[in-house]
Amino acid sequence: MSLQHMRGQSAIVGVGQAGIGEAHGFTAMEILAQAATKAVADAGLKMQDIDGLATCSSAASMWALPTAEYLGLRPKFIDSTMLGGSSFIAHLMPAMLALESGQCNAVLVCYGSTQKTGTFSRKAMSEAFKLVDPLPYEHPYQPMLPPTAYALAASRHMHEFGTTREQLAEVAVAARRWAQLNPEATMRDPLSIDDVLNSRMISTPLTVRDCCLVTDGAGAFVLMRADRARAQKQKPVYVLGNATAVWNRQISCMENLTVTSASESGQRAFEMAGLRPSDVDVVGLYDAFTINTLLFLEDLGFCKKGEAGAFVQNGGIAPGGHLPVNTNGGGLSCVHPGMYGIFLVIEAVRQLRGECGERQVKDAKIALAHGNGGTLSSQSTALFGLEETL
Amino acid sequence: MTNAQPTNGPDAAFQDYLARGEFRIQQCDGCARHVFYPRVLCPHCGSTQLSWKAASGAGTVYACSVVMGKPGTHTDYAVVLIDLAEGTRMMSHVVDFDPHAVKIGMPVTARIIEKEGSPLVVFAPTNGQVQNGGTQ
Ligand SMILES: [Zn+2]
Repeated sequence: MSLQHMRGQSAIVGVGQAGIGEAHGFTAMEILAQAATKAVADAGLKMQDIDGLATCSSAASMWALPTAEYLGLRPKFIDSTMLGGSSFIAHLMPAMLALESGQCNAVLVCYGSTQKTGTFSRKAMSEAFKLVDPLPYEHPYQPMLPPTAYALAASRHMHEFGTTREQLAEVAVAARRWAQLNPEATMRDPLSIDDVLNSRMISTPLTVRDCCLVTDGAGAFVLMRADRARAQKQKPVYVLGNATAVWNRQISCMENLTVTSASESGQRAFEMAGLRPSDVDVVGLYDAFTINTLLFLEDLGFCKKGEAGAFVQNGGIAPGGHLPVNTNGGGLSCVHPGMYGIFLVIEAVRQLRGECGERQVKDAKIALAHGNGGTLSSQSTALFGLEETL
Repeated sequence: MTNAQPTNGPDAAFQDYLARGEFRIQQCDGCARHVFYPRVLCPHCGSTQLSWKAASGAGTVYACSVVMGKPGTHTDYAVVLIDLAEGTRMMSHVVDFDPHAVKIGMPVTARIIEKEGSPLVVFAPTNGQVQNGGTQ
């Protein structure tokens, strides 16, 4: 049995963001609730209309419980699967199945983190994880995780395909150029390839500018069955395809450092959607590190394996390039509050609704959002489209 | 080398062998493939029949990143993924060598050191390619 019958059966009807960058004086739950309130209002709904909830956190193990309580929900459907940064794209499929079966009518997917300004900082979190999520065959060697894991993949990509540090830097520069067109982006000052190459080296070959931002931020979206979605106030953005793949947890257990399970999640999502990479107008890739964008361009089929370095050269994915990638500025320049996946969905929706102002991709009808979690561990791909693509 | 079979779980057994100066990895009795890290079942075929075999200690650098210490402190160190001759991969350090000179494809040999009171498998260049002499 295929999942093709679910193509276009659900749609995103509302999105919201809050606390992007620094959310001084607010807790993670408070900015999550702000983003959720905006998303529900954007959909033309009331919070009491929400009867499904999908959420998770990197700082709490039972996050769905306080979230339901805080928002005043008594959901008939709950998913709190924690796959790292890809979680909120992975939440789509179980939410769609719950909607299709009639288990619920409106699912709120939401996330919030104050890893930048909060008391449970990124550093405190990584110390805690050594106890609650031990990696006894990696931690003794003191990899700086996550950067070193991605740096190892980058070293291998450079070795196998001749990819250069300049090509990695192109990814960061393109993200910054998009961010300069997005008033909500955290980092908007000019960035050159030399700036990236000459910034502080963290874990070779990645400099601090090859690594994502550390910010606060919250995001939310509401998903409904297509029939109900058409009755809401916004133009529905239909889910055409979605798939998730996990092949490993630890970077040392990844079979081939230059082929991620995005090659599987992408293939299954495209198959469900009945689409090919050449059909996609606007692309969002989980750019926690510059190497990610190269790997996912290849694994999702936008170019051949080993050719992403050339693909991004000379502004290939920057404004005016041949493929618009990470149009909000990405995790590298817009926002990255620990888990970035939900912002990929929000940007895809905004692009398809034509709400992106200066950075708007003209006539965007089909968008791809690809999430990554762990250390290249979990991969989740979604394809979205407007009514005319059904 | 002793032939006493471990009574602990695989994690503890691996450490027990290391504490005795032996670098052993598991081999699946079902499909003959080697398994690392140690487990109670073979991730390739699902068999629970795994035997502890002495690792040859021979390996090749598969991927490498130098974690940068504070400038001027000479505390940079290479974190590597090593492909063992047995066909499994592990994270490790390359010691007795300039971390910035570690290259993918370099042949290396295992040794057991003590770090923070526990035995740890690290690797040094094969072929006597010793540079700088700086261990960490
Ligand atoms: Zn086996």
